[in-house]
Amino acid sequence: MTKRYALGIFEDEDVLLHAIENVRAAGVKIYDVFSPYPVHGIDDALGIERSRLPIAAFFYGLCGLSFALWMQIYMLGFDWPMIIGGKPHIGLPAFIPVSFELTVLFCCHGMVITFYTISGLYPRMKVPVMDVRSTDDKFVMAIELKEDADLGNLTQLLRANGASEVNEKEMTKE
Amino acid sequence: MQHVSPVRIPLVTSGKTYHDVTEDVCRQVEAKPNVRWMAALAVALFFLGVFLYSVYRTLWYGIGEWGLNKTVDWAWDITNFVWWVGIGHAGTLISAVLLLFRQKWRTSINRAAEAMTIFAVICAAMFPVLHMGRPWLAFWVLPLQNTFGSLWVNFNSPLLWDVFAISTYFSVSLVFWYTGLVPDFATIRDRAKGPIARRAYALLSFGWKGGAKHWSRYETVSLILAGVSTPLVLSVHTIVSMDFATSVVPGWHTTIFPPYFVAGAIFSGFAMVLTLMLITRVVFKLEDYITLEHIALMNKIMMITGSIVGVAYITEFFIAWYSQVEFEQYAFINRATGPYWWAYWSMMTCNVISPQLVWIRRVRYSIPMTFVLSIIVNIGMWFERFVIIVTSLHRDYLPSSWAMFSPSIIDIGIYVGTLGLFFTLFLLFAKFFPVINMAEVKSILKYGVDNGPTYGGPNTGAQQSTYRPTGAPASAPVNYNKHD
Repeated sequence: MTKRYALGIFEDEDVLLHAIENVRAAGVKIYDVFSPYPVHGIDDALGIERSRLPIAAFFYGLCGLSFALWMQIYMLGFDWPMIIGGKPHIGLPAFIPVSFELTVLFCCHGMVITFYTISGLYPRMKVPVMDVRSTDDKFVMAIELKEDADLGNLTQLLRANGASEVNEKEMTKE
Repeated sequence: MQHVSPVRIPLVTSGKTYHDVTEDVCRQVEAKPNVRWMAALAVALFFLGVFLYSVYRTLWYGIGEWGLNKTVDWAWDITNFVWWVGIGHAGTLISAVLLLFRQKWRTSINRAAEAMTIFAVICAAMFPVLHMGRPWLAFWVLPLQNTFGSLWVNFNSPLLWDVFAISTYFSVSLVFWYTGLVPDFATIRDRAKGPIARRAYALLSFGWKGGAKHWSRYETVSLILAGVSTPLVLSVHTIVSMDFATSVVPGWHTTIFPPYFVAGAIFSGFAMVLTLMLITRVVFKLEDYITLEHIALMNKIMMITGSIVGVAYITEFFIAWYSQVEFEQYAFINRATGPYWWAYWSMMTCNVISPQLVWIRRVRYSIPMTFVLSIIVNIGMWFERFVIIVTSLHRDYLPSSWAMFSPSIIDIGIYVGTLGLFFTLFLLFAKFFPVINMAEVKSILKYGVDNGPTYGGPNTGAQQSTYRPTGAPASAPVNYNKHD
């Protein structure tokens, strides 16, 4: 399925942030904004909600902690108790380092895997990008064009808000 | 909103634009390998060969190839292990701790420093694995079922904690580094001319496009990884120090070890970062990104951690005297005046006295001085580990078993060989990967150039600011926002 997009190219992040606000105020829905680096304030301007990844990370960490404690208590306390240096089988202080490390391990890897999965990032040969300059030095505001969309008006709106170019791009939906 | 003080100076000099950053960093990735790089790689590969030969001798003939004896049964292997792990810590400190403290200057050095972390940990891991004698049974350190040949592992042992700490540290550093690399791979992919380069970097870039939501999540992930890596990096060297501190060997059995080792790790790590960065910035013409200010700041961190290490050395002596334990006192007197006095005083000179030169501004901002200093500190920190390990072991409780340690040619070969391994990996990284985090540098490009924010978040009524700090270049763009 092919979709058409209008691409407003901006040179400066500050101009871009003002433009996002004005374009949204004009009732135009922005598909996405591609930038070469994380622009601070863009999520507020676009109305993107805060990511819930930290909550996921917390629960992954909790899983790691529970697994580590279970593993150490089960192995040394129940499955094959051994007397080591005359100390108790379940010596919790000695279990702290491994519990901490596994908490971190599960937390980080769980969160990073979740990040790649929900963002649809995986190794692939072909990457359809809106405008190759968006990973270099340009900020690209993409607006999906409906069948009856008026490109002329949109171009005017974007130009009035500081876009240096306005292009049209057809993308085949993956 | 973040306020940037007008006294702040730009982090990137020469008024670079976003496109200049891309050009400057991608240049050596896209260019054909030059002669100097090839020559350096040839030298590194030669030492890698030395490493492989020494490993072959160790595995074929056994640990007897090393200079260890019955009294000193831990020497260069563990010295090198601790030295390499310590070096690695600066990378995490720069990428995680300085991120939490919002030290924005870290952006131009964090990529290379993290790469250094990963390669240093690979080098470090070689030593315990080789010392096992039968590395093909290395999986026995994992908690596997008894039918695999061993009982469950002993979770009370610091050596086992090391297994968990080092492997967690390595894998977390790797994903942290890689996640940071993804947007930069996308930049290289979108510029690539040849089909092979485009496909290779497309694979590496994971299909990154730089959409707003992705960046938002990327920043969240970076922040959480930094927050978690900070206690992780402290825990790793704490656990490494517990390999010694939980024993009952005089000279090792000290509670000061964890903080003392962590400070030492950061100290030696920053020295190594300086060594690498001073070369990289010249070879790849990155003087505008890794400026004299960066070098001075790293020098300051080196001086502070070096002073902490110095205080720790003196505290150890004081506690040995204060404890009234005869053996503890002897261990320390023996360090300073015994047969290994030269190692002890090399350590004291390199680690305690030489970093104090950084108090002098001229030294802090001098490239040749900094380079020499960074090498001296690395030598000193190697001696520190050697002193702690060998001098505590070589005269044990029974004078009839007192012995000296001298390294065999294979010991030396493995150590020099890991330097070859490290530099081989680092040179390959410097050629094929962007050595500077382009995306993050672009985000701080205008830091200190113009501090007047104009965008104050949605619906707050944007205010135009024409404030321009004195000294900012006239061509610097106005209306730059700092919305945090």
